[in-house]
Amino acid sequence: MAFDYDKWIRPGKLPHIWCPGCGHGIVMKGLIRAMDSLNLKKEETAVVSGIGCASRLPGYIDCCTLHTAHGRAAAFATGVKMAKPEMNVILVGGDGDGTAIGGNHFIHACRRNINMTYIIMNNYIYGMTGGQFSPCTPTGHKASTTPYGNPDPGFDIAKLAIGAGATFVARGTAFHANQIDKLIAEAIQHKGFSVVEILDDCPTTYGRRNKYKSVIEMMNRLKEVAVPVKAAEKMTAEQLQGKILTGVLYKDETKPEYTAEYAKVIERAQAAK
Amino acid sequence: MEKTLPKIEIIEKYCKGCHICVEFCPKDVLEMKGFYASVKNLEACIKCMQCELRCPDFAIKVITE
Repeated sequence: MAFDYDKWIRPGKLPHIWCPGCGHGIVMKGLIRAMDSLNLKKEETAVVSGIGCASRLPGYIDCCTLHTAHGRAAAFATGVKMAKPEMNVILVGGDGDGTAIGGNHFIHACRRNINMTYIIMNNYIYGMTGGQFSPCTPTGHKASTTPYGNPDPGFDIAKLAIGAGATFVARGTAFHANQIDKLIAEAIQHKGFSVVEILDDCPTTYGRRNKYKSVIEMMNRLKEVAVPVKAAEKMTAEQLQGKILTGVLYKDETKPEYTAEYAKVIERAQAAK
Repeated sequence: MEKTLPKIEIIEKYCKGCHICVEFCPKDVLEMKGFYASVKNLEACIKCMQCELRCPDFAIKVITE
């Protein structure tokens, strides 16, 4: 039976603003299926975003939503979580919003291990502002500001998150649409800061500059480069050259969670009166 | 057992003509008719729901019994 997305979408908001073939819609469907499978209550779920193409997502979802300043989704979301620790806080954003303008907020949210879920849609470019290169644009690839190829190496968001202290890190792709909702559901259930990176496609500003003929070619590229973590264990380093691991990459359930630790601080302070 | 056919609903108001549903349908059920996707061969549909799953624009619903 067809999944009923309508109950999670604000009436009259569709069609969305994303370009034809943009994977953000696929990720939004995955998020809706994940929230529905966990039976989250709309009044106890907050979706927070910054600025960018991907950050338009909360505008369409019918629950508590915040559309905030550029890169500051993690800061605003931390405020929501500290004021109401019982809420499910989900952050959404793109690679530029999350790792460049909001890079500092991102790593410190990881470090604190506060119980939130950050979904980063990595399309390797700043789409909304006209295709400038982002920290995730691979070396040599073209953007509107690097017409002769990008000299910078790109970030590996998952490794960055693990290094900064996030306790659940997963990666999926817009091609593997079936997997997205499962990864997001597992991330929401995890107690601690969880990061889900979804590799995405931007046919309008990234694809056409980098000689992708169509959306389908971009989707098939995601299919080709993605290797599930379990399959990668049996592969040699040579075979893994140029591949990107997908699935749950890191999970640590031993690290203390921030809101619980902060509650203990309040208790100690009140006892000391 | 007689095969029951689903109803494939395409919301043209939402469809942006990206071709994803047409290309990823394993049974070649859909086609582009002008700007929008449309059903070409409903009899071949195996209800795998790939089109509904992959449509980025919430434009396809595969309604089964």
